[in-house]
Amino acid sequence: MTAAGTAASGGALRLGERDRAFLAGEAGEATRLAMRILTRMAEVRGAEAMLDIERAHIDSTIYVGDAGLEFAERLAGLGARVRVPSTLNVSGLDEFHWREWAVPAEWAEKSARQMRAYESLGTIPTWTCAPYQTEEAPRFGQQIAWGESNAVVFANSVIGARTERYPDLLDICCAVTGRAPAVGLHLEENRLATRVLEVRGVSEALAEADDFYPVLGHLLGLWAENEPAVIVGLPRKPTEDQLKALGAAAASSGAVALFHIPGVTPEAPDLAQALGGRAPRERRSVGLEDLRAARAELNRRAEGDLDLVALGSPHFSFADFGKLAAALRERGGERHPACRFLVTTSRAVAALADRAGLLEPLQAFGGQVTVDTCILATPMLPAGVRRLMTNSAKYAWYAPGLLDAEVAFGSLGECIASATAGRVVREPSPWD
Amino acid sequence: MGLKSDAAPRPVSVPVPGPVRLVGRAVIAGEAEGPLLHSGEPLSFWGGYDAETGRIMDLRHPLAGENGAGSVLALPATRGSSTTAAVLLEAIRRGTAPAALITLGVDAFLSLASFVAEEMYDRVPPLVAVDEEAFRALAGWPRLAVCGGELFRRE
Repeated sequence: MTAAGTAASGGALRLGERDRAFLAGEAGEATRLAMRILTRMAEVRGAEAMLDIERAHIDSTIYVGDAGLEFAERLAGLGARVRVPSTLNVSGLDEFHWREWAVPAEWAEKSARQMRAYESLGTIPTWTCAPYQTEEAPRFGQQIAWGESNAVVFANSVIGARTERYPDLLDICCAVTGRAPAVGLHLEENRLATRVLEVRGVSEALAEADDFYPVLGHLLGLWAENEPAVIVGLPRKPTEDQLKALGAAAASSGAVALFHIPGVTPEAPDLAQALGGRAPRERRSVGLEDLRAARAELNRRAEGDLDLVALGSPHFSFADFGKLAAALRERGGERHPACRFLVTTSRAVAALADRAGLLEPLQAFGGQVTVDTCILATPMLPAGVRRLMTNSAKYAWYAPGLLDAEVAFGSLGECIASATAGRVVREPSPWD
Repeated sequence: MGLKSDAAPRPVSVPVPGPVRLVGRAVIAGEAEGPLLHSGEPLSFWGGYDAETGRIMDLRHPLAGENGAGSVLALPATRGSSTTAAVLLEAIRRGTAPAALITLGVDAFLSLASFVAEEMYDRVPPLVAVDEEAFRALAGWPRLAVCGGELFRRE
């Protein structure tokens, strides 16, 4: 969480004996480098102490240019090893399928080097932005250092593990030292909601629709910025994948790192406890009209021809593949020849889905799977692919800037129907 | 013709209203000067700042289309992606970063990128954290010089 308001005062950081030994180089140059960066960060954040972490999730794996690669190779060259179980976020490359797309060879080579560098640190090569849906997920109450904005909000909100929003490069410094500044959401008192978002007039049918939670999250992010909010008034309990979509959307349009839903998320048995008995700083009530307006913001390309339908940001889960397979079997048909159909996920989930026979309907439809990365993190899309449709608020938020693309947003059913028609198709929905 | 107005504007130099010097906290101490790009809207550098050119490419952002390279970029904070830090680091490596950065309070992402850059590269843009009053007060400055934690108005 970024410190809002006045600059933190700092200056009172007390380091432990081991921290000082790390800084003195007693555990090697790599640990010293990581500890030096971590200490400067702790000072500027006004931390009084460091704390032990039990896990890390490394977002620095995404290749965005030579600087990140140079840093990774410097750490690897100095013999760095992670001190806690550390999962890896998406990379800049699908090593298995990149030749089917427009990825330049130089990009592939450098992304692969960055992947090897992070693997060499003793990490767990999960290659996913949904590490909370692997067996390496953290547990309630654990102190962790996670990067990847959607993973951070899920870990804090849905699991009740404790992490700040870690920037790239700091996550690996925490992993190499096993330490983190004791600030922000690591501390109990900062985890209470300071805002209440009240949802009014949402029917059960709408709350069940797969394009409801991304829209609610988008709205939450724009309003809450970086403060913990508690959401009340939902007519039914959201599923894990709905909470995932909510968080990812809120962490894209805003800097949301923690939300509560009374009776659903673990730190909010009820509204009063989510607020810690205090009055909220701000309260907002949203109705159908506000939600429709938020949906229209995501859905900037309301009609017309499409070049690509992209699903899976955050990475598709096994349950997502089950739903997609069922929908494709029910609808039949094939994608339009001019409109590609892509699902992004991790290599592990793709393998499971394959074993379960869930990829067959996708292949029959003419769809493709990209693993370990996504359309935002690797330059895979040919230049002519400019008109996209998705059911992901995160894709809808970032694609216009990162890909210079126009984006339509819709439900899973609308995405399939649109891919079949080659143009945006709307279906009757609880939004009407 | 022949119409004379008493209200005709006269070219006089009017003293600039507001402060010409503000003080913040130097997260990265240094000296720099450049045209000011100021917005009250947070920005994700990933998907928002093109490290190849310095162009601000988040189409929703008020500064969209401006070039951040060489500017003094004042933002309340970053938002969104964790990759923001890697994008600023890359821009520093390429020389497409702002000449200086100003944030409202300490921004963890821009601070971290700067600390890593100091370990790796020679030139790291000064980064100053200011309070709300100062952040608002400098909004109308056309140019700005940074020296440590001090900010000076330049025309």
